[in-house]
Amino acid sequence: MNNAIKIATRDLKAFYGPEQLLMSLNMDIQANQILGIIGPSGSGKTTFLRSLNRLNDLVHGFRIEGSILLDGQDIYHPDFDVVALRKRVGMLFALPVPLPKSIYENVVYGPRLSGIGDWKKLDRLVEASLKSAFIWDEVKDRLGSPAMRLSGGQQQRLCLARILAQEPEVILLDEPCSGLDPISTAKIEEALTILKQKYTIILVTNNTKQAARVADQTAFFLMGSLIEYGPTSDLFTVPQDKRTNDYITGRFG
Amino acid sequence: MRIPPRYTQTAAKLVMGLATLATLAILVFIILFVLEKGLPVVGFKFLLSAPRDMGKAGGIFPVVVGTILLTLVAILIATPLGVGTAIYLTEYTRESRATRIIRFGADCLAGIPSIIFGLFGFIFFVTILQMGWSILSGGLTLAFMILPTIIRTSEEAIKSVPNSYREVSFSLGATRWETVQKVVLPSALPGIVTGVMLGVGRSIGETAAVIFTAGSSLRMPSSLFDSVRTMSVHFYILAREGISTENAYGTAAILVITILLINLTAYGLMNRFVAKNN
Repeated sequence: MNNAIKIATRDLKAFYGPEQLLMSLNMDIQANQILGIIGPSGSGKTTFLRSLNRLNDLVHGFRIEGSILLDGQDIYHPDFDVVALRKRVGMLFALPVPLPKSIYENVVYGPRLSGIGDWKKLDRLVEASLKSAFIWDEVKDRLGSPAMRLSGGQQQRLCLARILAQEPEVILLDEPCSGLDPISTAKIEEALTILKQKYTIILVTNNTKQAARVADQTAFFLMGSLIEYGPTSDLFTVPQDKRTNDYITGRFG
Repeated sequence: MRIPPRYTQTAAKLVMGLATLATLAILVFIILFVLEKGLPVVGFKFLLSAPRDMGKAGGIFPVVVGTILLTLVAILIATPLGVGTAIYLTEYTRESRATRIIRFGADCLAGIPSIIFGLFGFIFFVTILQMGWSILSGGLTLAFMILPTIIRTSEEAIKSVPNSYREVSFSLGATRWETVQKVVLPSALPGIVTGVMLGVGRSIGETAAVIFTAGSSLRMPSSLFDSVRTMSVHFYILAREGISTENAYGTAAILVITILLINLTAYGLMNRFVAKNN
């Protein structure tokens, strides 16, 4: 697989009011791989993730220093188009949030915003996205029914399909399986391992085993700092830092 | 001495139940009373013919038309202004001293007696702007009167839309306005419609503000600058001047039925809308 750098952070610091949430992060994230981010709650994993699509911009009092480069371009540069950024960098939230619309309308939400109005093209997108998210067979006969009526696991896969339909380059996942049963979790993980051929995937998880199962690279965050970052197999077998070792063996966190 | 919980429990349930029963009973009594007195004169002829002899005889057709037009003008002006203000306050500004002052102002406006609005409308629209007693003067006055209600109910409805919907919409590349249009407003619609319906109810039932601004002409209006008489005003004049008690109750019956029908329709539409999306 190619080893191009998709996202790079340079001296990235984040603040909420007077509080510093991220401590000078320098990371290179490779394209077409799954990066797993682990660490105890409050370690800045989610803050980091939400900085990558600038969703934290909506939080009053949030401030960022340093830079995040997407394909070499600084996404916090004043000229950078935030709306275009969010189309390129999709995000799956911890709890599935289907919009109160039909299954079909949920999937085409992003494409419609991009101006795609052609029914045939939308239909194709819906089918392809739902298939990639492993949910097509369960919903193909009721695309017009409300997305709210799906089960939690189905909703989360629908949300994944909704992201795929906007044809992003990067997919951010914020503990996407925290509320799901093992079977739905397995389906999401299976989807991710296939999707990484096309996308760069960043997976924040509280479940270290999940990172060990699906991530190519793993990063360990602690109190806003990046403690250790490397190939998953190395990090879980020969951690360089004692704190990493303590965390993955369950001694704290 | 402590009363055993199961007694207080039973007593509380009983008292609350009685309160509910009393409320419902009064409501049903009022409606039945008005209908009982009014229905004998009500019919298509009463509804669709012109009044004769100051309303002593004949029907109330121009009055019905006047009520509809006046309410329409008020709602068509107040809804965009009110919902727009609510969207601005909730989606485009942060909670600050300014938003609190605007909100406080709206609450104060809601508490002003309608006759004051009537007086203001008379001085400002009728006299200064020389609109005369007209549908336009009355509609504008009513619009300002119901505006605070529409703003506050819409604001509450918009605030109750889960923030996660907005985050999802933004994360899918929507702008603020696209998010408002496609996610926030559809979810807040039931609440907004409730506010508008309250406004419709108040407009139809209003007397004091309307006499001062729309006048009490019994002629069929031919433009927005004509004076009209609404059903409430008609009822007031018929009853107060002792012109015709029967026709006064007939008008009241139609007023009550109209408001019931409007509320039922809105309620039904809302239920269908909510069921479709959830």
